[in-house]
Amino acid sequence: MNNRKTLFQFGYRRSADQDRPSPARHPVIVVGAGPVGLCTAIDLAQRGVSVVLLDDADRIGEGSRGICYAKRTLEILDRLGTARPCLERGVTWKLGKVFQRDDQLYAFDLLPEDGHKMPAFINLQQYYLEHALVERAAELPDLDIRWRNKVTGLMRRNDGVTLTVDTPEGAYELHADWVVAADGARSALRGMLGLDFRGEVFEDRFLIADVKMKGDFPPERWFWFDPPFHDGRSALLHKQPDDVWRIDLQLGPDADAKAEQAPERVIPRLRQMLGHEDFTLEWVSVYTFQCRRLERFVHGRVVFAGDAAHQVSPFGARGANSGIQDAENLAWKLALVVRGEAPARLIDTYDIERSAAADENIGHSTRSTDFIAPRSAQERRFRDATLALARHTPFAKRMVNSGRLSLPSTYESPLSTPDREAWSGSARLGAPLPDAPMRTRGGQPVWLLDTLGSEETIIHVPDGAPPPAGKRVLVIGDDLIDPEGHFARRFDATPGSTYLVRPDQHLAARWRHAAPAQIERASRRLRGFEGDCA
Amino acid sequence: MTSLIIESRFPDPDRAYRALIEAHRGLSDEDSAALNSALVLILANHIGDQTVLQEALALARQSLHQTQDGSV
Repeated sequence: MNNRKTLFQFGYRRSADQDRPSPARHPVIVVGAGPVGLCTAIDLAQRGVSVVLLDDADRIGEGSRGICYAKRTLEILDRLGTARPCLERGVTWKLGKVFQRDDQLYAFDLLPEDGHKMPAFINLQQYYLEHALVERAAELPDLDIRWRNKVTGLMRRNDGVTLTVDTPEGAYELHADWVVAADGARSALRGMLGLDFRGEVFEDRFLIADVKMKGDFPPERWFWFDPPFHDGRSALLHKQPDDVWRIDLQLGPDADAKAEQAPERVIPRLRQMLGHEDFTLEWVSVYTFQCRRLERFVHGRVVFAGDAAHQVSPFGARGANSGIQDAENLAWKLALVVRGEAPARLIDTYDIERSAAADENIGHSTRSTDFIAPRSAQERRFRDATLALARHTPFAKRMVNSGRLSLPSTYESPLSTPDREAWSGSARLGAPLPDAPMRTRGGQPVWLLDTLGSEETIIHVPDGAPPPAGKRVLVIGDDLIDPEGHFARRFDATPGSTYLVRPDQHLAARWRHAAPAQIERASRRLRGFEGDCA
Repeated sequence: MTSLIIESRFPDPDRAYRALIEAHRGLSDEDSAALNSALVLILANHIGDQTVLQEALALARQSLHQTQDGSV
């Protein structure tokens, strides 16, 4: 019963490009209007780059799919003007509990620190996120979404790509300087380029069910090893908006996918887990998964992002979150290159930075899977011994792995200028800046990340010397007040401290005292002009 | 006097766990048991402290009963 009701319907509209005698040329065409394609297109359009977004469907289907959006993703969505509807609708959670049989092994709190605008996580059905993004996209004059535009051919040229696009009214061609392939795990563009998609295949089958019920479970992530209602396997319960609960049950490698999805099989399982029958099934699916990636994400003028570039297991919420972080990494670089403000090799740093992030995500997700779904008697013994020891020993508790939840990558990047001084605090070179509650000169509360927006920015702590020159400079104590000292602590700030922030809010360089030439050099470097980048 | 450390010591315990899993991939159950026995002897000698070894053995035995009780 994998019935995907249509939730939001959009219309095909004929584009003027279809009536041109020769193919129209666009600076960027994004293929795939899922979260990753939409974020890429919105980010580009917000940066003033005209972008065409093609999608072969014309609707957002039901079936909630990705449901966990992490703090960094929410910060990105906020910059893209879509965090508010997601936060308003989403379930904010930060507590997780891990059980073995009937006993709670431990609980964790994802964000014990306050002074951040965004929560650690929200749960939200993917279709709500996509809908919020489509609405935002519609506000942007530089963004042209074309539904029921299916890419059926791709020809690479030296200076771009020609796409053949099929529509209900026939096919047409488009030229693009750059193509972003965000067309999902079964990426057609990946197939057209004949690229290998290699990795580890996992045999265990999992049942995923979204269940509607009025439950008095708190908004927490509950994970069971060997639950009393599902012998010898694992189970996950997670709350979504609209009284919908995500349930994930490990079925083992031999389960019959089709039979397991039948309501007469699913409902008794869930009744056993929930202890009642007062629920309705919203969506059921049986899945297996693979952890794999393209060897390179950049192939000439075709750039792969999200599931089209890399796939992970669902444990740890790394699919949509890492895809949206791909989008953010790529958009500012493409915008600079398209505008002629950075060399094309800046795009190669997308491959460097996001490949490393993909490896990190695949590593985490593989290790979680090893723990959750042991493959041999010996693996199960290690797992069970860890769980048994976890009740009494901190070391084993830390080894229990029910999914390590997504955190943003810290880039070891040619775009970063290495630290010459020692820094403490939570800000890290190559990582997104930690947020902090600030005030404007006029005393209005404002979040640090909101003041950065999407532009390269210098943050400077005054020390009596003239502040640095630059396109955008924020002086602490003048442009921005740090009333509670959060900024000072998180950035280990002392008089003279100067921070150079990339357009994606990652820290590119910092100095205790910066000479203008150092800042200029680091700024060129983060745009791909200097250093041994690529 | 030394005693058994039960605080977490690996900077990345997931990688340590993965190393154990990988070492056993493809082995028969019997070979896995042999590998574990060798590993225990190697690590016991590395620790080289009878008190710590006794404490570790006691903890391991305690967790063994836990698993058995827990799975009834």
